[in-house]
Parts: sequence; C-alpha cells; structure tokens
Amino acid sequence: MWHLNDILNLTTALLIAWSCSLLGVFLVLRKMVMVGDAISHSVLPGIVIAYLVGSQTQSGFVMIGAAVFGVLTTIIIDFLYRKLKLQEDASIGLTFTWLFALGVLLISFFANGNVDLDQECVLFGELGLTFLDKIIINGRLYGTKSIATLLPAFLFVLVFVIRGFKGFQLNSFQSEFGLTKGINAGFWHFALMGMVSVVTVLSFESVGAILVVGFLVVPPATAYLLSNNLKKMHLLSLLIGTFNVVTGYLLALEFNVSISPTIITISGLVFFLTFLVKTLNFGKIKPIKTPVK
Amino acid sequence: MISSTLILVLVGLAVISSVAGVMGCYAFLRRRTLIGDAVSHAVLPGVAVGFMLSGTKDPFALLAGGLFFGYLAILSIDVIHRKSKLSEDTAIALVTTVYFALGSVLLSVVSSMENGQQAGLKNFLFGKAATLTELDVWVFAVAAILVIVAIIFFYKPFMLISFNKDFATAQGWKTNNYETLISLLTVLVITIGLQAVGVVLMSALLIAPAASARYWTNSLPKMMLIAGIFGIISGVGGGLLSLVGEDMPTGPWVVMILFFFTMITLLFAPKKGYFAIQKRTNSNERKINEENVLKILHQLGEIGKDSVTITEMLDKRRMDTTVLMKTIKALKSERQIEESGAKKIKLTEVGRVEAMRVVRLHRLWELYLTQQLKFKEDHIHGTAETIEHLITDELEEALLKELDYPDVDPHAKKIPY
Repeated sequence: MWHLNDILNLTTALLIAWSCSLLGVFLVLRKMVMVGDAISHSVLPGIVIAYLVGSQTQSGFVMIGAAVFGVLTTIIIDFLYRKLKLQEDASIGLTFTWLFALGVLLISFFANGNVDLDQECVLFGELGLTFLDKIIINGRLYGTKSIATLLPAFLFVLVFVIRGFKGFQLNSFQSEFGLTKGINAGFWHFALMGMVSVVTVLSFESVGAILVVGFLVVPPATAYLLSNNLKKMHLLSLLIGTFNVVTGYLLALEFNVSISPTIITISGLVFFLTFLVKTLNFGKIKPIKTPVK
Repeated sequence: MISSTLILVLVGLAVISSVAGVMGCYAFLRRRTLIGDAVSHAVLPGVAVGFMLSGTKDPFALLAGGLFFGYLAILSIDVIHRKSKLSEDTAIALVTTVYFALGSVLLSVVSSMENGQQAGLKNFLFGKAATLTELDVWVFAVAAILVIVAIIFFYKPFMLISFNKDFATAQGWKTNNYETLISLLTVLVITIGLQAVGVVLMSALLIAPAASARYWTNSLPKMMLIAGIFGIISGVGGGLLSLVGEDMPTGPWVVMILFFFTMITLLFAPKKGYFAIQKRTNSNERKINEENVLKILHQLGEIGKDSVTITEMLDKRRMDTTVLMKTIKALKSERQIEESGAKKIKLTEVGRVEAMRVVRLHRLWELYLTQQLKFKEDHIHGTAETIEHLITDELEEALLKELDYPDVDPHAKKIPY
C-alpha cells in the first residue's frame, strides 16, 4: 500500500509543515499571524509577474518576486497604519485583498493559453501531483522538484532559526529590551517576513495560498497551548505538524479526498482537542492572559 | 450592448455592495473587519453541507448552511480568544483556514459524488457576477431590506456597541444579544454575497467603504450613507470593467476600484486625510518658528540691538538656517519685521507687540512655576519654551492675576507689558 510516490508526496508535505511550524511559532507569539496570512495572499502578483518573466514556476524569479511582494506587503501595511492612520485590522485587510485581487486579474489577463498558471492551482495546489516532477539522474531517483526546492528552504529556515534564536526570541517577547541589547528589531522583522514569503511561495504549488496559513498557524497555536517555552514550542510544533501531515495524508488516501485540506482539517481537530483538554481544562488552573498592549 | 442581463447583474452588484458597505461600518468601528474575512472563508463548509443535504444548488439550503457555519466561526474565534492565551489574530487565522480546509474536503467529497461541481468552488472564491439570476437579485433585495430595517429599529444599541461597548452595557443594554444580531446580519450579507462576488471581494467590501467613509465624517448615519454609495459606485464600476475581457472575474475588479478610492480618501480627505494632517502640522510648526524668531529679536533688543543681522540671531539661538530664512520671509510678508539697512532686520510696531506677548508669556510661566509650583529655577526654561506657544489670552489674564502683575521673572529679567 505504501507506494514510492506517496513517500515523495509525504516528504514534500513534511518539509512544508516543518518550515511553517518553525516560522509560525514566531508569528503566533508576535501576534503577527494576520500579517502572515496577508503575505500568503499578496505574494500572488509577485508570483505571476515573476512567472511571466521567467516562465518557470519553480525558478529563482518566482522566489525573488514573491519575497519582494511579501516584504512589500508588510511595508504597505505599515504605511497605511502609521502614516495614513488607518486602524490596523483595516490596513491588513485592505492590503492583502487588493494585492490578491491584483494577482487574480494578472492571471486572467495573461493566462490565456501560453501561461500554465491557473487560479485553482495557485489557491489549492495539488499535493497528490508533486511526485510527477521526478528528478532522475543516470536512472537513479533523487527526489522531486518540490523536494529539491523545499529541502534547501527548510534547511535554511532551520539554520536561520537556530543561529538567530536569540534575536528572534528577544524580538518575539520584548523588542524594546532587544533594542537595548543592540538587537536590530527591523532586521529580524524583515528577515522573518522575508522567510515567511519564500516558504509560502514554495508551498503554494503543493498546498495553495490559503491553506499554507493553516500550516503556519495551527501547529504553533496548538504548541502554544501546551507550553510557554520557546524551544519546547518549536519542538512540539514540529511534532504536531508531523502527526497532522501523516494522519491527514493517510486519511485522504483512504477516503479519496483532497490531501492538503484534509491535513489542515486534522490539524484543526488536534487543536480543538488540545484546546478542550488544556483550556477549558475541566476546572484546573486558568491561563494568565497577557494583556494586549 | 446594454442587455437586460447586464442590468440585472449591475443591479445585483449595486445592492450587495451597498449593503456590505453599510454593515462594514459596524465591523470597522468595532475593529473586527478581519473577522469578516474569516467568515467569508468559513462559509465554505456550510455551502458544501447545504449542497450535500439538498442534493442541488438550492440557494436556500446553501444559505442556511452558510449562515450556520459563518456564525459558528465567529463563536469559535470568540471562544478561542477569550478562553486561551492565543491572541485574536491567531484565532482568526486558525478558524479561517481550518473551516476553509474542512469546506474543501467536503467539496471534494461532493465532486466525487457528482462530477463537475468543483466549478462551484471557483465561483465561491472569485465570484461570477455574470451568472446572477433574477432570484439572486431578489434575495439580495430582501436581505438589504432586512438589514436596513434592523439598523433603523436597533439604531441606538448598535451605535453604542460600535463606539463603546462597555458604556452600552453600563447603560443597561443587553449588549451580547445585540452583538449576536450584528454578527448574524453580517454573516447573512456575506453568505448571500459570496456566490455573486466571491470571498476576496466580500472581505474588501466590508473594509474599504467603511474605512473611507470614516475619513469623511464623524456621524454614523452619514458614514453608512457614504459607505453605501461608495459600495454602489465600486460594484457597478467593477461590474462594467470586468466586461473588458471574456471570463473575467468580477470581484477583483471591484476590489481595484475600492482600493483606488480608499487610497484617494486616505490621502486627500479633509481634516483626517494625510495631506490635511500634514498641512495642520506644518502650520503649527510655522507659527512656533515665527514666535521664536520674534522672541530672538525682542531679546536682542533688550541688550540694545534693535536692528540685527542673521548671524547675530543665530548666535543668540541655534536654529536651522533655512528654517530661519523662511520664517523671516513669512514675517516680512506679515509686516511684523522690516529691513533696516544692509542685510539687517528689525521689528515693526506690530511685530514688537507680538514679540512682547511671547516673551511675556514665557517669563510669566517661569515665574508661575517657581512661585506657585515650587520648581527649581534651572528646571523651568524647557517647559516655558513649549507652553509660551499655547497659552491663550484667557490663561494669560489668569496668570497675571495670580501673580499680581509682576515686574521681573525668576532670572530677574523684565517682564514686558
């Protein structure tokens, strides 16, 4: 029953889940999840433009285009919020709906025939088809194209998170304190946002722009319910992410439904159960709520 | 070119856009616009379940399913946010994607049951206004009337909740019930609108018109009116623009227009727009600079230099040279100062009176700080520097009385009258 193709697809899903879990923890702690959500929508025009220039979904152009639009998103949100004094939720909502709409329009304009990029593919991806692009050299199988791009990205994120742990940590909890310690908050902010953009883009072919947010949010949120320690949160988040992916994949195969939505649905279920046990807690200690601002 | 289908589509777009714009006002004022986005994603499983149960695309089954899941999503966000340490934005993103994923799974079940239904999902996301039927438009109209009646009927509690919920509770309103009602109405509007205009547009429609309208007025009814009109213009405009190409999604075009108008508003709106605020800040700054320059001239006059050069002024007080030159030019045109010989300037009679006023306020305030508030003498200059630009005639009168028309300040300098 375990086919080689399933293992390839599963590897792709795991790499996405791991990269997203590592980054998502910071987003959840910094209360910047909606910015992550916004980025995952608004890289779309970047992808389309880069695609038109480079005509390859996995080319370097696409990554650059996406990273540029990802960082641009945070800049626009910041501009609306700080300079034009629009309240924050509206700044976020306005920015990403606009950029996303722009992306959709670009697709409609250029997707006639010569460009192999359609709305559904961008939005949902098809995890079950990633095995098709096999990399075979001298008759030996080395992986798939998705794995070939996601693996370096994951390693990069991993190294970055480990090496920059201190910076992220200070920036997540107390950026003012970090500043006094000589840690450049702006740098870590944009580093995080840049990586979120790149990971989002690399994932969009497999899981789509909307569901990648699920990978970014749900496992870290579940982990946050279970621990307050940043390192433990990362480990838990990786574990939960892995469990969700494997279970979701198997169930999707069993019931013949789309894979990535099933993974996120399972993630939601795991969150829900954790939430019930941990938070409603059947009478145990109530969590201390950190005041917002 | 203008066919009856086109008119039908445009009317439908106008109705749904204006209603969404009006309901968006509540969401905007309560800072909950992103929940609208969550709801519009979370309606998907409802649509799927409605489809599964009724077996057809019966709009009322889809509507019921959508309403149920949309409201459930709002409840979920609320419970997660209130009962755990997770922040509201985390809760919103989580609920959005999980519900959406669940909907996608259910839809893939639907599509494996009956072929070719996946197209429904694409319309759900982007909307295809061209497929609006007369029944849809009637549904929009009924919903619009429902919303308007509710707004008129519950005008007061809705308004209080939007601006200050705690106050509303203190006034004895059952705020939770009214909040539920607002949520339900919002979900209703989103659910019926989705089929026509799609998820992206529904989110934008709840945010952009209200955000723009807020920059034009402080009154809720006016804000709703403006948001509604703005919605109509964008809806119809987007509908027409989407005709430029075949198979163009309507929603994104409407979003483009919405964004365009919103940006114009944010930049150019009177009073609250970016440039209006800039202008106000600048004019404040100009006034302060002018008063500072007059003060320098007065102080130099006290040591016998009535007509002075720029260098002498800069020696007295450190100032940006270009700012000083600009300020001098402005003062000249106001006839507060005049040229006196080669590259020298002096105060006119008007200027002298004004300069005396500024210096007087500065010194009065210093005296007040030391005498009445017991400040140390070396701690008073800074605040006096700031407050001299703000003290009104009325306050000055009070200060004079309080200090009994003093002659000198704490530094033994003469207070000019």
